Amino acid sequence: MSGVEKVYGGTGLSASQVEDGSIFVEHDALDCEYTWDAGVAIGRYLQELKNGRIIGRECDECRRILVPPRMFCEICWRPNDRWVYVKDTGTVNTFSICYVNWDASRIEPGHPPHLPAVIELDGATKMIGIMHILGEVDPQAIKIGMKVKAVWKPEEERTGAITDIKYFKPY
Amino acid sequence: MRKVAVVGAGMTKFVRRALETPKELSFEATKAALDSCEMKLEDIECVAHGSAPDAFDGIHQKGEYLADGCGGWNKPTMRVFNGGATGVHAVCHGWYHVASGMFDTCLVVCEEKMSNAMPHAQGFFLTIFDHITERPLYPNLLWIFAMEMNRYMEAYGYTKEDMAIAGALIKNHALNHPAAQLTEKVTVEDILNSEPMAYPVYRLDVSPVSDGAVAVVLASEKVARRLTDKPVWIEGVGWNVDTSYWTNKDLYYPRYLEVAAKMAYDMAGIREPHKEINIAEPYDPFNYKALHHMEGLQLSPRGKTVELLRDGHFDLDGEIPMCPSGGLLGVGNPIAAAGTVKIAELFYQLRGEAGKRQVPGDPRLGVAHAWGDLMQASSVVVMGK
Amino acid sequence: MGKRVAIVGIGYSTFRTTSQDVNYREMIFDAAFKCYEDAGVKHPREIDAFVATSEDFMEGVSIADEYVPDQLGAATRPVESITGDGIQGLAAALMQVQTGQLNLVAASSFSKASNVIDYYNVVSYACDPTYIRPLKEHPYFIAGLEMMKYLHGTGTTKEQCAKVAVKNKENALDNPNAAYGSLVSVEDVLNSPMRFDPLGLLDTCGDIDGAIVLLLASEEKARELNKEPIWINGIGWGTDTPNLDSRINFGAEAQYAKLAGQKAYKMAGIKSPKNEIDFAEVDDTFTYKELQHLEALDICAPGDAGKLLEQGAFSSKGTFPVNVSGGSLGMGYSHEANGTQKVMEIVLQLRGEAGKRQLDGVKTGLAFAWRGIPTATGAAVILSKDK
Repeated sequence: MSGVEKVYGGTGLSASQVEDGSIFVEHDALDCEYTWDAGVAIGRYLQELKNGRIIGRECDECRRILVPPRMFCEICWRPNDRWVYVKDTGTVNTFSICYVNWDASRIEPGHPPHLPAVIELDGATKMIGIMHILGEVDPQAIKIGMKVKAVWKPEEERTGAITDIKYFKPY
Repeated sequence: MRKVAVVGAGMTKFVRRALETPKELSFEATKAALDSCEMKLEDIECVAHGSAPDAFDGIHQKGEYLADGCGGWNKPTMRVFNGGATGVHAVCHGWYHVASGMFDTCLVVCEEKMSNAMPHAQGFFLTIFDHITERPLYPNLLWIFAMEMNRYMEAYGYTKEDMAIAGALIKNHALNHPAAQLTEKVTVEDILNSEPMAYPVYRLDVSPVSDGAVAVVLASEKVARRLTDKPVWIEGVGWNVDTSYWTNKDLYYPRYLEVAAKMAYDMAGIREPHKEINIAEPYDPFNYKALHHMEGLQLSPRGKTVELLRDGHFDLDGEIPMCPSGGLLGVGNPIAAAGTVKIAELFYQLRGEAGKRQVPGDPRLGVAHAWGDLMQASSVVVMGK
Repeated sequence: MGKRVAIVGIGYSTFRTTSQDVNYREMIFDAAFKCYEDAGVKHPREIDAFVATSEDFMEGVSIADEYVPDQLGAATRPVESITGDGIQGLAAALMQVQTGQLNLVAASSFSKASNVIDYYNVVSYACDPTYIRPLKEHPYFIAGLEMMKYLHGTGTTKEQCAKVAVKNKENALDNPNAAYGSLVSVEDVLNSPMRFDPLGLLDTCGDIDGAIVLLLASEEKARELNKEPIWINGIGWGTDTPNLDSRINFGAEAQYAKLAGQKAYKMAGIKSPKNEIDFAEVDDTFTYKELQHLEALDICAPGDAGKLLEQGAFSSKGTFPVNVSGGSLGMGYSHEANGTQKVMEIVLQLRGEAGKRQLDGVKTGLAFAWRGIPTATGAAVILSKDK
């Protein structure tokens, strides 16, 4: 009876062994495609983004105004009550200055970093925010608690997507 | 409630790129676990296994693909997935297979092969975000964890150096772990001077990308007593998932972890965890996470954690040694398998078989934790001898 | 063996081939809300834990368990996700209750298959990545191979298989939850476009969107709630090897169904399934699968299912009705909710809530689901009401 660690399986490879073909690999690219139904709540949210406005849902029981909207209150467990427009201004709840792209490649020298942030929206309940990016700002000047405002794409370029807001900037 | 014991554990080496397929890694860990308690596959009644996103391997229904590598052939086999929380959650999952009275033995196997994803596993994390409200912004995991770290540091006035001290402490424990990916000593300065990736996260604040698998064998009391004179008991389990609207809550404190830990502590009859727990294995994919989770696990008062850290409270010979295994930061982070390392570590530690990593003073009670999803899920297992 | 556990609540959304007006969250909320109301549970706070089943590639989301809690009322609660059939999810919930630590557990599964643009492409990713997928064949070739072996190995005929589709699609006409009900003839099925010889188009089922939530309770808790408890007498699941080339008696018999059935029967104390069970909902993803599964589940001897079907034994007026709901051929295939869809029918029948298709005097029912091509995993559950 011994639980003591002894021999460990698993064989480490170097990157070059994969690249120079000295081990065999089967390469394949994922190409699954989907059309996700936005549904009632997010469908309207996207429609209003196209109109240049941000909309949420209000629950009469807990009094929360929820963004992104959903048709039910997950805390009170009931269909919530009404649509409410919130402002396109808000407060930076937290942020990052990111030098890595989505696929882990590095940002090319001279290019600005990504500036993701969670923005608590004015008119929504405290702590209710959305993730977006910041722009027209010196990265080193960003602070938690900074006031920001949405910069919208021109009306004719909006498609009903979260990217209809180009970014949020300090004001 | 039926008592459930961990009677065996095994793992592969954690490496950046493994020659073995996901099935073969699972097999290696499974065999090592069975060998450790001198059991054969025919002694096992069911398999509970865990692996995180299917996209890493490009395999749909990955649980079905992995089944035979995990010893699941001709057995009841079920795969659980909970992002990073999978590794500990799979043990909760295996626990109720046995605690329910349905089975007497259960093999828990967790595996992840991240190097299959080309050019980098990070790219596949894009698909964990909400497809309509977040993915169009092209986020990556570093974004959200950097934002959580920033919020956490801001809340208590913690500094990057504070976080780096925790990172160096854990990473250097891994030097004594023979299966660890990290093999060189790391200093606080190394961490602070490493490449900025997503402020406040620098490269050495993060755990490495890994391939690997870990398995443990669970048994009912009757079987465990027959198998070994050193069973390690699962005293309590807890799991919890918070809202997926992660931008609708304050990230500075993991409340879902507090609730999960309470579930486990209540089951274990623990009232004052900070006094009763001898070893903590909080989930540590980033150095701030270890501290963040010590607070969630009620092992450190909110906002006082750095003070305790600097006082040596979490050192190997401190009050509550933190991640004596070397954690994800040092041993490596094959997503689903990373949590199970912590279960295996408590198994070794509580049996006094952890070699150079052994926590002194005859530890009797340990807690293992894993965390996952969009900063919303936690699973906790309390183990005792 | 363990404590008794009952199904005390059920809720389901509308089942339809597309559901563009709602997203998956809204669809599941609908089912969960109805389920809790059905059980007399006022708020999900009263529920101790939640189990969901899903597969990443079906949702187009990695780590899809992230998006489970809210629509079940389960935020900051014990939630677990399983990549398995709905009946495996049910088994997980049942074991959680049997530990004595949790008294009321919800199990949820759903399908939003209409959002997947090419389902067969997704299935091809379930094939072994190094030696099946590179063949670049449509993955349902495996079903063709298996059906060929089944017909050859048991002497079952294509006509007999066709009659499964005729029966199930007709049964579906009496089921308001079924999307593929129709009157087709044996000739219609035999003359339908050949897909993977001997498997024709009408031997296969179409997709469906829908969500089902079930609520499980310990005996004590079940007695407190207002619904007639439907007891889970036995449950079993099992996996044969994923490697096609090393499956025992590939095609001629379904080893995974045997494993699942034997385990469920043992737990339920059933020695003679066909005499002790009144009716069944058995996986019919392809016509031959219904027959193959009935044999593996010991409802009849190997090779006899086709003949019994022709004699009318499995029709709704027969001695052992099978897929009165219409099965997957008649209701539509709901992926991870496949098994729960069958459990739902058993519950409705046992409660006497099955409307026009209500069977007389049924006390015990069997549901069995298979995880589909290319897997070899199945799950079975036996449900009954108080006599």
